[in-house]
Amino acid sequence: MTDLYDILANPAFWVAVLRIATPLILGTLGVLLCERAGVLNLGIEGIMVAGAFTGWLAVYAGAPLWAGVAVAAGCGLLFGLLHAWLTVGLALSQHVAGLGITLLATSLSYYGYRVSFPKVNTPPTIQPFQPMEQLDIPVLQAQTPLTLLALLLVPLVAWVLYRTPVGLALRMVGENPQAAESQGASVLALRTGAIAAGSALMGVAGAFLTLSAFNSFYFNMVNGRGWICVALVVFASWRPGKALLGALLFAFFDALQLRLQQAGDALLPYQVYLMLPYLLSILALVLVARRAAYPKALMKPYRKGER
Amino acid sequence: MRLEKRNAASPLALVLAPFGAIGFTLVVSSLLVLWAGAPVGPTWGHLLRGGFGSVFAWTETLTRATPLVLTGLAATVAFKARLFNIGAEGQLYAGALAAVAVGGLHGGEGLGLPAVLLFPLMVLAAAAAGALLLLGPALMKARLGVDEVVTTLLLNFIVLLGVSALLDGPMKDPTAMGWPQSVALQPELELGRLVEGARVHTGLLAAAALGVALWALLKFTTFGFDIRALGANARAAAFAGVPVTRTVMGVALLSGALAGLAGAVEVAGRTGYVTLDMSPGYGYSGIVIAMLAGLHPLGVLAAAVFVAGVLVGADSMSRAIGVPNYIADVIVAASLLSVLVAALLAQYRIRWR
Repeated sequence: MTDLYDILANPAFWVAVLRIATPLILGTLGVLLCERAGVLNLGIEGIMVAGAFTGWLAVYAGAPLWAGVAVAAGCGLLFGLLHAWLTVGLALSQHVAGLGITLLATSLSYYGYRVSFPKVNTPPTIQPFQPMEQLDIPVLQAQTPLTLLALLLVPLVAWVLYRTPVGLALRMVGENPQAAESQGASVLALRTGAIAAGSALMGVAGAFLTLSAFNSFYFNMVNGRGWICVALVVFASWRPGKALLGALLFAFFDALQLRLQQAGDALLPYQVYLMLPYLLSILALVLVARRAAYPKALMKPYRKGER
Repeated sequence: MRLEKRNAASPLALVLAPFGAIGFTLVVSSLLVLWAGAPVGPTWGHLLRGGFGSVFAWTETLTRATPLVLTGLAATVAFKARLFNIGAEGQLYAGALAAVAVGGLHGGEGLGLPAVLLFPLMVLAAAAAGALLLLGPALMKARLGVDEVVTTLLLNFIVLLGVSALLDGPMKDPTAMGWPQSVALQPELELGRLVEGARVHTGLLAAAALGVALWALLKFTTFGFDIRALGANARAAAFAGVPVTRTVMGVALLSGALAGLAGAVEVAGRTGYVTLDMSPGYGYSGIVIAMLAGLHPLGVLAAAVFVAGVLVGADSMSRAIGVPNYIADVIVAASLLSVLVAALLAQYRIRWR
């Protein structure tokens, strides 16, 4: 067990935990916003790919890093508007529309990458975000500004949801759209806004991968992180604070499996360690399912005058 | 803007809807072709010829369509009952592994059974493997209320890693020069060719027959009625005496079995062994095909041929002109979304107010 102690006592481990958690925090907050307004957004996996690609492409073309982040957010917002039109405007199945958007966003990004770099074998690189060394806080100073942004967004989203009139209306729309409508709130506008904002966050979550964690765009780089965010929202009972906790807990086990795998004691095939994040997600879903406080109107399409 | 249900679906809209969807998809993908700097006309020409333009193109398209029919049927029967099985990819690999585990040459001789016995055993094992894999998420949905979309999706990753571990370890072919590749299927278990010198095999006929069988099951049996009732309105179905949990479990077994069969058919008809890249996402494409077909088993046959043709045609077009073959996935995704919208607009009218 000294091995385990060595791992946990090493600050580099905790740096890795926070780094792995960052895209999960951003993505989970994004899913949370959509679901609090009553809309499941399975487009997240594809939107993260699109954010990773467009943000990176903008920086590669010469834009400053923060402009790349803005491009990724804008790209996520556009896919969010499409999702909102399909699921809120046209009241199509949220499951199917989301999967369709994942497919569309992923294939468009891969196509765009191949068109932009037809004969490239090693992916071109950019100069990514650098650690914030001027900060004098142990683990945090080894992180890039996007991690700080993600951490600051948690209280911000919580404040908007619980302390502002918009947040109240948004939660109401997710619980009982009929009641919200009778109070004069526009279900269409609130849900569209929530999906657009949430999808923008998903775009930034993807951009973190190319602009912070790595310096290039790879195929399959999102690799199921989006789906894990969807599971984390259930784990978090749709609360921003618990979403942060869930993302950190999850990243803790992911970083741990990486270290154990590198330690090379090889008790088990390396694939078993790679399975852990997905197994943990399912376990989290099962453990929380019984007391899950789903927004009551989640996945229920709302058509004015129809019940 | 609000939607208003039409009293009767407008016949004109029903006819025009698919054309509108195709037109929209063509416009979007043509713009992408122009972005790649290729001429639109010749690109589409190459794609069509590559997918449907010759006997060889047709054999390739139908070969590719065979597993897609099965995964499409798997999604159809599940979605009909509102069991959102997104795990067909994992179920396909589970079926493929089971097929090789039963019918493979382990150390040269296999199980030592005659092929007459071994073949049905192999098919059963593949179906059972796929079915059992979906049973977990279905139980979690029925007993605990865990959303099956996320669990089946995550299971795909778990299964693929499991397959990878097995292909590195117990099921690795020692003669494969270090490639992660399973032991080979016994040659006498391989499916026969339908066309001399082409890859299209008898699995196509089996898949088509299963499509017809599923159509009959849904239309004429009590189980089929229960499935449709459950999909239309779960609460009303329960109230009317439909055994909800039992039906969902039955659907899960059936859907998983179909996806598992897709794996067996690929192994016995095309590859002869399991590799990590034997499916380029057939499980996910099956979902799209089911939706394109409007969840109709016979429509799945047509939709699978369409999607397979686009995939095969895009590969050949990409070799000829150099437009990336990811255009095929864009076409499939855009047609999915536009078909959904078109089908909706045929039933509802938009009132701008």
